[in-house]
Amino acid sequence: MKPSHAIAAAALVAAAMLPGRALAGGAAPLPQRLAETGLYEPGSTTVRAGTIAYSPQYPLWTDGASKRRWIQLPPGTSIDASRPDAWEFPAGTKLWKEFAFDRAIETRLIERLDDGSWRFATYVWNEAGTDAELAPLRGAVVAVAAASGGRYKVPGRFDCLACHEGGATPVLGFSALQLSSDRDPLAPHADSVSPGFADLQTLVARGVLRNLPQRLLDDPPRIAAKSPAARAALGYLHGNCGHCHNDAGALASLDLALAQQAASPGASAERTLKSLLGHSSRFRAHDGKATQRVVSGSDESSVLAVRMKTTNPLARMPPLGVGVADDQGIALVERWIRTATPTEEKTP
Amino acid sequence: MNRRITRFFVHTTMAFAVPLTVATLSLAYSAQAAAQSTAEKIARGKYIVSTSACHDCHTPWAMGPNGPAPDMTRALSGHPQDMRLPPPPKAEGPWIASFAATNTAWSGPWGVSFTANLTPDPETGLGKWTQRNFIETIRSGRHMGRGREVLPPMPITVYNNFTDADLEAIFAYLQSIPAIRNRVPEPLPPAASVAQK
Repeated sequence: MKPSHAIAAAALVAAAMLPGRALAGGAAPLPQRLAETGLYEPGSTTVRAGTIAYSPQYPLWTDGASKRRWIQLPPGTSIDASRPDAWEFPAGTKLWKEFAFDRAIETRLIERLDDGSWRFATYVWNEAGTDAELAPLRGAVVAVAAASGGRYKVPGRFDCLACHEGGATPVLGFSALQLSSDRDPLAPHADSVSPGFADLQTLVARGVLRNLPQRLLDDPPRIAAKSPAARAALGYLHGNCGHCHNDAGALASLDLALAQQAASPGASAERTLKSLLGHSSRFRAHDGKATQRVVSGSDESSVLAVRMKTTNPLARMPPLGVGVADDQGIALVERWIRTATPTEEKTP
Repeated sequence: MNRRITRFFVHTTMAFAVPLTVATLSLAYSAQAAAQSTAEKIARGKYIVSTSACHDCHTPWAMGPNGPAPDMTRALSGHPQDMRLPPPPKAEGPWIASFAATNTAWSGPWGVSFTANLTPDPETGLGKWTQRNFIETIRSGRHMGRGREVLPPMPITVYNNFTDADLEAIFAYLQSIPAIRNRVPEPLPPAASVAQK
């Protein structure tokens, strides 16, 4: 049996065994094929007209996979941005994110149901790239030559929840800060934005986004930092860590705030520094060298950097979705710790 | 005071006193019910913890007059932080795992795991955890629902079958026991993954 066939069979079995999944939010069961989710024009892999493509300025590192992202809203609906850092999406909103290594491997789907709940799924592409099938609830491993070790890990549903239900909103890359037109030129792995891609101005102009405070249109969101390198480092932590480590979600009790706020950039940047600098770390490596989250001037003594670069899979951060350390992101954060003397960071 | 005025005062007093008394009794009853409910929940949690083998691994074992037994002076505080262990014995053939005499350190294909401190100590135990953190840990098999994977021999796939009510009871009980400060070491990875870089 070919791996793709095995995955498809497993997906079918998993879907049949998991009635809770099919009944989430009282909605119809998840389609078995990506083509049935509404992303494409019927009978093709051409993205349907009216679908909005976007690219966050601080993308999540996922072992070097290239990604494409889209959102669809039901006709006549819009996103309420009155809370600039926790947008309210209408029922029926769908977001897709495609991961590729040479070829498309999987496309993830987030959907808001009529009762306000969200459901998460992912679809694994066949090798011919003609369609993708619903992945098993517990995820899967796909043989992909270009991926690390030739193995690509498709996340399970709890993996989805781990990141997407850890903050103020389950939608992570489609936000005021991520879609600011004042994009960070030093952000690692960011796409160059193609014409037609969404930013705050175009979303408001299209009537897709309403109630965004005017000041965020006049002065697009930007992370508060004293240098371009510090801005990029804080942005990297926002995009890669802030969805779990924030003050709004399940891990708030850890008192580690790495998410930046578009509505209050100065306060959130200072909050981040306060939660890092000189703050004792609960995690202690066996060598015992690093005991604080960040020690200004010493990346080797900073647990933040140690856990980003370790090859120990039981200690590495982020703990899922990453199998290959992000050298570019690590270098950015280490440089910031070493030379940007974060203690002196203040709102510009 | 004529009878009409007296009747007015009686009626007025009754009009306020009766609802107030009812409200006071109702509040007292609610508080009592809540306290009883919490007590029942803790008792249920204690029962589940005692019958689901939690002490087997999370309470260090010590040699006593009748042989090895859980040391209840360190109940549920996990692998002792001061215990220094030599490298685990080499696994051979079908013998893939081994464990230390305390039953709090296990070696296998996953590396070496040390059982967690489940007492409510804020810095080394579950003191800062929320009920949600606890339930999501058991449901997802990841620390606090989003961190590293919980390692063997923790029977996550068994405990996954607890209802939310049972998990709430377990958490309530664990938060009610004496806090013990004991910083359990981080797990050690399999040798192969350390040698990669």
